[in-house]
This record gives sequence, structure tokens and C-alpha cells, in this order.
Amino acid sequence: MDSSNGQPEKPVISPGVDRFFVSVHTTFLFVARFFRELFRFPFETREFIRQCYMVGYKSLALISLTGFITGLVFTKQSRPSLSEFGATSWLPSLIAIAVVRALAPLVTALICAGKVGSSIGAELGSMRVTEQIDAMEVSAINPFKYLVVTRVLATTVCLPILMAYTALVGLMGSYLDVHMNEQTSMTFFFLKAFSDITFLDLFASTFKAMAYGFTIGIVSCYQGYNASQGTQGVGKAANTSVVISMFLIFIEEVIIVQVVNSIR
Amino acid sequence: MKQRNPEIDMNDVVISIRDLYKSFGSNHVLRGINLDVHKGENVVVLGRSGTGKSVLIKIIVGLLYPDSGTVNVLGKDISSLTEADLRELRMQVGFSFQSAALYDSMTVGENLAFPLRRNNKHISNDQVRRMVDIVLDAVGLSQAINQLPAELSGGQRKRIGIARTLILKPQIMLYDEPTAGLDPITCIEINNLINEVQRRFNTSSIIITHDLTCAKETGDSIAVMQEGQFVAQGSFDEVFQKENELIQSFYQYNFIQ
Repeated sequence: MDSSNGQPEKPVISPGVDRFFVSVHTTFLFVARFFRELFRFPFETREFIRQCYMVGYKSLALISLTGFITGLVFTKQSRPSLSEFGATSWLPSLIAIAVVRALAPLVTALICAGKVGSSIGAELGSMRVTEQIDAMEVSAINPFKYLVVTRVLATTVCLPILMAYTALVGLMGSYLDVHMNEQTSMTFFFLKAFSDITFLDLFASTFKAMAYGFTIGIVSCYQGYNASQGTQGVGKAANTSVVISMFLIFIEEVIIVQVVNSIR
Repeated sequence: MKQRNPEIDMNDVVISIRDLYKSFGSNHVLRGINLDVHKGENVVVLGRSGTGKSVLIKIIVGLLYPDSGTVNVLGKDISSLTEADLRELRMQVGFSFQSAALYDSMTVGENLAFPLRRNNKHISNDQVRRMVDIVLDAVGLSQAINQLPAELSGGQRKRIGIARTLILKPQIMLYDEPTAGLDPITCIEINNLINEVQRRFNTSSIIITHDLTCAKETGDSIAVMQEGQFVAQGSFDEVFQKENELIQSFYQYNFIQ
């Protein structure tokens, strides 16, 4: 930081702390601008649908694999402990609670932070450093609305859908293991699994997924949109998108779980 | 050398810059710039790299804001415009980037159609196709319509970049280093294109360059920038008769060596 007379400006607290507060301020302005642009016409429907396709459909393969393995492995790991008490019949309920309440939102969010977050950060970052965003601006196009609002909205809308899909696939993985060991029918498994799931569980998980989706979208767009320093900046934008998204997802998880448990 | 455009209207100033200052921290980039661009005139801003030439045109188009001074474009003060007014003004001002800044994920045709569709919600596909054909023809690259930017040469990318700005029918063109990094033959083609755009679309332009041949071939007047100030302004001959060290070194490097 320099003053206008060319002398370096003295930091208010320390350079690091000052930088932190400046970045908090700019992030706040970025989020505020998102909400301002969100409710302003015209809506970028076509680009929003394209982004939903990129975020949702393109993540399905990875989500399917990780969701299925999570359910399967979690069931396999839980079986020995439950069988000690002869309580393997509780497996469907246990797995359903674990998957719906915690695993599905978290696994989906972490996978999307890695896959979608890095891709958004890198894409917008490279558009910034190659002046494509400036080119939009000088062509009288609002790049924030076109690039940021559509992506953040897409991640916020798609994450709950992906989360529901992950939960389903995870339960299928679990069912496979239960069926192989106990020859339980699918109907019985799912009736048992959902018997202990409440509306609050479903609501909380959906809300969590939306919050994670918003976090991934806004963090990645912020990092990409404000990238600098050429190709190095693009790499940094992609990397920090993932790291900060994951960090915030865990923080949000702790807060939401506390709030939901206090309601329960 | 270029003959001065006879259609320049000296009574109609399209860009007027007064006492413009801009700093980035302790780096004082622009220090009191004054410039008038008349209707139909090509003004070349000549200077070494890092002297603030690109900053000047980024301020004109509202990508950067000045610390002090006024910039009037088509009678509107850039600093006092609302976001919507600025967007409307930008439709009248074409900006050709040094890197061309084409959208990587779109074909040439889509690159050209994009600003047109975004700014004219009710335009038909036929009209878009026609406009794309016209500007592609103007830059001599009709055959490239389905190619991706990555498949084009540097000169072709620059020409498509110019075509993308032309599609909105701007009154003013701003060229940022149009011949940088191109071979001499392509430079001549770009210079000819700049003059062709001026003649065919009746545009006024600011051309930022450090290429003296480009300045000589495209400029109706030239302003030489040194350390954020204009040290000489006038026709090519007037400017290069001055005994300024920078100007003479430019001339010697480009035309004697």
C-alpha cells in the first residue's frame, strides 16, 4: 500500500491483518453485488441452464461412484460393531441417518468443491487474465451477471439435487452389502431405512446442500473473477477456490449441525 | 505516409480529455493528459511500453477510473455516468485488445454474434448471420466463421477482435497495440484494415502503439507519450521534426537501423 505522495503507507494493524480485512470487505461487496444482480432483469436463463448441465450432469459419474462406495464401505465398517450386539437389523436405519444427515451433503459438497470449484476458478481466472471479461464489459455486456450470477445460482440449485442423488446411490451401495449378507429385500431395506428419517433431517440436509453450493459458487467465482498475475494467477484461483470452499464447508457443517441439534 | 482524412470534422470533438491524472500506488502513470479526437480522425498515441498508453484508453472506455481530470466521450463525462449509461455509451465505442481477447470456448461466428445478441434481445437469427457476414467480409476472414480462436494465427485473431467491435457499429474505435507481435506483412494488413475501417464505417479512432510504421500509416495526428505526459502532438512530420530525445530515438530505431 502506498500513499499518494509515493511513501509507503503505514499499516493500521499489520500488513497481514490489514490485507485480511480488506479481502473480507471486498468479498462482502462481491456477495452484495451477487444479490443485487440476481434480482435485476434480464435473467440469463440460457447460460444458467448451461451451467446447471455443467455442474449437475457432468458431475453425475463421479458422484455416483463416490456415493455408492461411501454407502457400501460405511455399511461394511459398521457391520462388525453392530453384529457384536446382534443388532445388524439396525444397519438400514443407521446408514440412512448417517447418509441423509451427514455423508450425502458433505461428500457431494467436497466432490463438487474439487471438481466444479476448481473448474469455475480456473475458467473465470483465465478469462480475467486474457482480458475476456474486460472484452465483455466493453461490449456493453454485464460480465458479472452473465458469468457469476449464473454459476453461483447453478451450484446453489444443483447441489441439493446432487445430494439427493448421492443419498440414493449411497443407500443402494449399502443395500447391496445388506442384501448379500442378510438377503434383505429392497422394499424392506428402504422401509426400514426411511423409518427413522424425519422431515427436519430432509430439510436440514437440503438447506446444507444449498449453503454448500452457494459457498462453492461464490468462492470460486470470487477467486476467478479477481484473478491476477497471468497464468500463475489462474492456478492460484483454481487452487484457492477448492481450499477455501472446503474450509468453509466444514465450518458451515459444524454451525448447521449445532443449530439443527438445538431444534431437534 | 497516410494522407490526412479529408472528412475530419474539426468542429466536432468526439473525445475530449482534460488534465487527466491516474496513479497506481506510488506509480504515477498519467500526469496531466490533454487530448482532443475529432470526428473521423485517427489519433495515434505513441510511446514506449509501460508509459500509460493502455491505461489512457481503458479510462476512456470506463474500465479504469481517473484520479482527477475529465474524460468526455461523445459529449458524456465518463466519471459521472451510471452503470446503464456507461453500458449504452460502450455500444458506441469499440475496443480492440492487444491480445484480441476472443472468447476461447466460442467459434469465430459465435464470438461475433455474442455482443450483438446480448445487446439486441429481439434480433432474428437471419439478421445476426447477415451482420456477422458483413463484418467478417470487412476484415477479410469470411472463411474462418466456424473456426475456434485457438485455430487462428495472431493476425487473424486481431482481425476477428476488430470485427467483433465493428458488429455493434461503433462511432469510436480504440486500438490497443494492434500490430504488436505480428510479422511485417501482417502489420501492413492490420494498418490497411484500420484505415479501411475508418473509411468504410466513418469511425474516429485512438491507436495505441510503439510501432512507428503503424503510426505513420494510420495516424491523421500523433501524440507522443513519455512518463505519463504528451511531449509532442501534431502531424507525423511536425512531431518528428522536434528535437526530443525519445522521439528521435524512436525514429532512428524504426527507420534508420
